[in-house]
Amino acid sequence: MKTDDLVTLLATGDIAIQPHTAAKRFALALGLGVGVAFLMMLGLLGLRPDFSEAIKLPMFWVKLGYAASLAAAALLALVRLSHPGSRLKKAPLGMALPIVLMWLLALYTLVDADSAQRHELLYGASWGACPLLITMLSAPIFLSTLWAVRGLAPTRLTQAGAAVGLLSGALGAVVYSLHCPEMGAPFIGTWYLLGMLIPTLIGATLGRSLLRW
Amino acid sequence: MTNTSRLDEIENRLRAGLLRGLAGDSVAYRAFLKELSTHLRSYFRKRLASLPDEVEDLVQESLIAMHNQRHTYDAKQPLTAWVHAIAKYKLVDLMRRRARQDVLHEPLDDEMEFAVPSDDEANDARRDVAVLLDQLPERQRLPIVHTKLEGLSVAETAKLTGMSESAVKVGVHRGLKALAALIGGKK
Repeated sequence: MKTDDLVTLLATGDIAIQPHTAAKRFALALGLGVGVAFLMMLGLLGLRPDFSEAIKLPMFWVKLGYAASLAAAALLALVRLSHPGSRLKKAPLGMALPIVLMWLLALYTLVDADSAQRHELLYGASWGACPLLITMLSAPIFLSTLWAVRGLAPTRLTQAGAAVGLLSGALGAVVYSLHCPEMGAPFIGTWYLLGMLIPTLIGATLGRSLLRW
Repeated sequence: MTNTSRLDEIENRLRAGLLRGLAGDSVAYRAFLKELSTHLRSYFRKRLASLPDEVEDLVQESLIAMHNQRHTYDAKQPLTAWVHAIAKYKLVDLMRRRARQDVLHEPLDDEMEFAVPSDDEANDARRDVAVLLDQLPERQRLPIVHTKLEGLSVAETAKLTGMSESAVKVGVHRGLKALAALIGGKK
């Protein structure tokens, strides 16, 4: 077929598009993914027993805000990576900032604590389970976000895959923070981060094969 | 005219054509795709000097890709950046594909081609879209044939085929996607 004939074929018929396709796709995917992750958390883990008391503590919101701001930066990066020719601009900075701030807070807490408390602040009671449970809760969000991006046009597949992973990991951590009773900044700066980095690494590794179009 | 203002002019003309197309203007969209295909042809020809046979396939594959993903163009961005990013992606994708295949299978042409056709000459791709169309399942082939080749409306196509209107739209979209994959030799 001549290219001109293909051009005619493509231009014939109903070619108008609905506006805000990307925003609608992401809204649907995140709503669905986070919803499933939330139900998994309720069904498999349960809210933390002291939930109604905990929400009065600043550290509860610091922990939630930490994961939520990482999710926001990852979403911004992912939206840009899904649109050909868009630049990342300050999105990587937005990802680095919450991590660095949490580390500074962790450092301050550790210096301030006496040596007997330090081990507890870093390892808490659940350091071994935390990264794996965050990874588990990120799975439905990973899949739904992957679906959203596959309908768009990522051209840097490894980076886009990593952004899918980080976004799902960070939202998984938001959901997990409603269950997890740990409140130490060193704990959050280490094990929460690891829990978010596992899906990020998976996304970066599989990006090229999962997002190709 | 300076080079910069010529590029600006191309950007503005292409962008206006695409935006009118996205709003449903078929004539403007057709003119946009036609001019786009000449730019793509010269872009790929420069970069695939040793693989002239691949150029037209890649032009067609990219056109379908840009058509299918046209909703990812953000009107606030320069259109040339969007086009360039997709063209480059498709070029790199082709190189990866070829690198995986046995490079030695590439035939060494005895006859040198001296007359290089100009870039605005629309050529035949090696993999004929009309033939590839026949390989699609009915639920994708019929919507494309009726709405895209015969120019029927979605409603008319739905009536003719007994499919629902949304099934016709989905069939066109998925069918074009499958066509792009077939042109690229991915299946």
